Amino acid sequence: MSEVKLAATRDAYGKALAQLGKENPNVVVLDADLSASTKTAEFGKLFPDRFFNMGVAEQDMISTAAGLAACGKIAFASTFAVFGSGRAWDQVRLSVAYTRANVKIVVTHAGIVTGEDGASHQANEDIAIMRVIPNMTVVVPSDSVETEKVIRAAAEFHGPMYIRLSRPKTPIINAEDYKFQLGRGVVLRPGKDLTIFSCGIMVATALDAAADLAGKGIEAEVINLHTIKPLDKKLIVDSAKRTGAVVTVEEHSILGGLGGAVAEVLVENCAVPMVRVGLKDVFGESGKPDELLVKYGLTAEEIVKAARSVIKRKS
Amino acid sequence: MSGDEIKKLQEIASKLRQHVIAMTCAAASGHPGGSLSAADIITVLYFHALRHNPKDPGWTERDRFVMSKGHAAPILYSALAEAGYFPAKYLKTLRQIGSSLQGHIDMLSLPGIEMSTGSLGQGLSAANGMALAGRLDKNDYRVYCLLGDGECQEGQVWEAAMTSGHRKLDNLTAIVDHNKYQIDGKIEDIKTLAPFEDKWRSFNWHVIRCDGHSIKALIEAIDNAKKTKGKPTVIIADTIKGKGVSFMEAAPLSFHGSPPTPEQEKQALCELCKIKDIEL
Repeated sequence: MSEVKLAATRDAYGKALAQLGKENPNVVVLDADLSASTKTAEFGKLFPDRFFNMGVAEQDMISTAAGLAACGKIAFASTFAVFGSGRAWDQVRLSVAYTRANVKIVVTHAGIVTGEDGASHQANEDIAIMRVIPNMTVVVPSDSVETEKVIRAAAEFHGPMYIRLSRPKTPIINAEDYKFQLGRGVVLRPGKDLTIFSCGIMVATALDAAADLAGKGIEAEVINLHTIKPLDKKLIVDSAKRTGAVVTVEEHSILGGLGGAVAEVLVENCAVPMVRVGLKDVFGESGKPDELLVKYGLTAEEIVKAARSVIKRKS
Repeated sequence: MSGDEIKKLQEIASKLRQHVIAMTCAAASGHPGGSLSAADIITVLYFHALRHNPKDPGWTERDRFVMSKGHAAPILYSALAEAGYFPAKYLKTLRQIGSSLQGHIDMLSLPGIEMSTGSLGQGLSAANGMALAGRLDKNDYRVYCLLGDGECQEGQVWEAAMTSGHRKLDNLTAIVDHNKYQIDGKIEDIKTLAPFEDKWRSFNWHVIRCDGHSIKALIEAIDNAKKTKGKPTVIIADTIKGKGVSFMEAAPLSFHGSPPTPEQEKQALCELCKIKDIEL
């Protein structure tokens, strides 16, 4: 196996944003006193007139972004996932989504891999509470390469978008020439025995699990569902029909996120045995990201177990 | 400002008030009390102060008006209709299914609405965003934001007020429709705003207090705000909930979120037909 390269999706965001700033004078950026962590600081340094540090005031930041967007700006608003989704949910719903504002809420420090900061800072519910809002597009990039392409796509797409990024360095799984298409899942590995749908940093783990399963004679199809909304229903249904079993893998609660979204599609179109791998309706805790992933069952081993159990249920 | 011009604006305010009564009665629903208290403010904005063109609602040079107290939708719809954004006959579709005249204002439904509101506290932040965009674009439009006084209990109002003060947004004027009541009672009983002027001042705002039913005082306050450089201005406009209709003024809590009965409607319209308190 070749050496795995690591990079943080938030670093890719900072880089892409600075590049966008050079290309498009309409791009403005807002942050809520976390610009060093969310990586918007680089944009702020290059374009101080178009960078608004709103202080510790996420609700104000989101509605202000909507006001800027109402005057033709492409507004990127960043903070940690727990604040951008939860603290400002009503502002996202009314000021941004209801008005179809051209606001991109790009959050970092999603999920338990936020690590040492503990449960208060680990957003494990954000995909669920963002995807239920009408007009909202929700994207969870799988690595730094995809993140850069997602940020570019976000600037070209007119309307509200929620983009979920992570704090630690995670494996790069996409080639530089990978073409990102909003709303289109990517088959990373074909297989016939089951389908593993994943998003975000867990896609790399799902690929590891599939490699392990192959050694046990099980051919798992691995699909990167980077866009949680609008969901690639056709791809989900086609793959599930072919393989007859599904495992979803996300670094998020098993309630309402990727697993919930896939389950909704399957139950209405082709119900097949399914297992959701994710946080089992619990809060996280302080710890190193790798330790937390093991403790909360977000490992290749757990995915392999889920795959074997779901295959047994195939009729 | 001549006496004739003031009289003309008073007549418009009276007309807008009649629309508020008629449309909320037709809908048997809506918020007439806080619409009537804001009628003179809205009149001065749409028929005197705002640079706008009803034939071109998207004009990039237009002044922006954000009505943060989105429940006062009827008074804004009345002004937009009288200004020529849409025919006044549509006013009676207020709150009906399929109508552009939503219960709380929706910018995607109706031309002339700059921001959707209804969940209190969000409008001033959006107005700040518009003011910042104007500054970035070197566009000299002004931004106005109308807040309810009860609304000022929302924390986000003060987050936004801190932003406007910090960024010295002198192209922004906030107006508080200070009618002293919220749904559940008197503001001073439920959660006082006092010292209200000092609060705004301490957030680095220029504060003007005026009679919110005096056309002349409102015009002077808005002119004063335009001339104020280096800080945003808030006009705390003292108003009366239900202003213009005797039985609504006497029972402000009964008409916060409920319209008059059909019999009361007749009396209200009759009272409003007579223009009172003309300043000369």
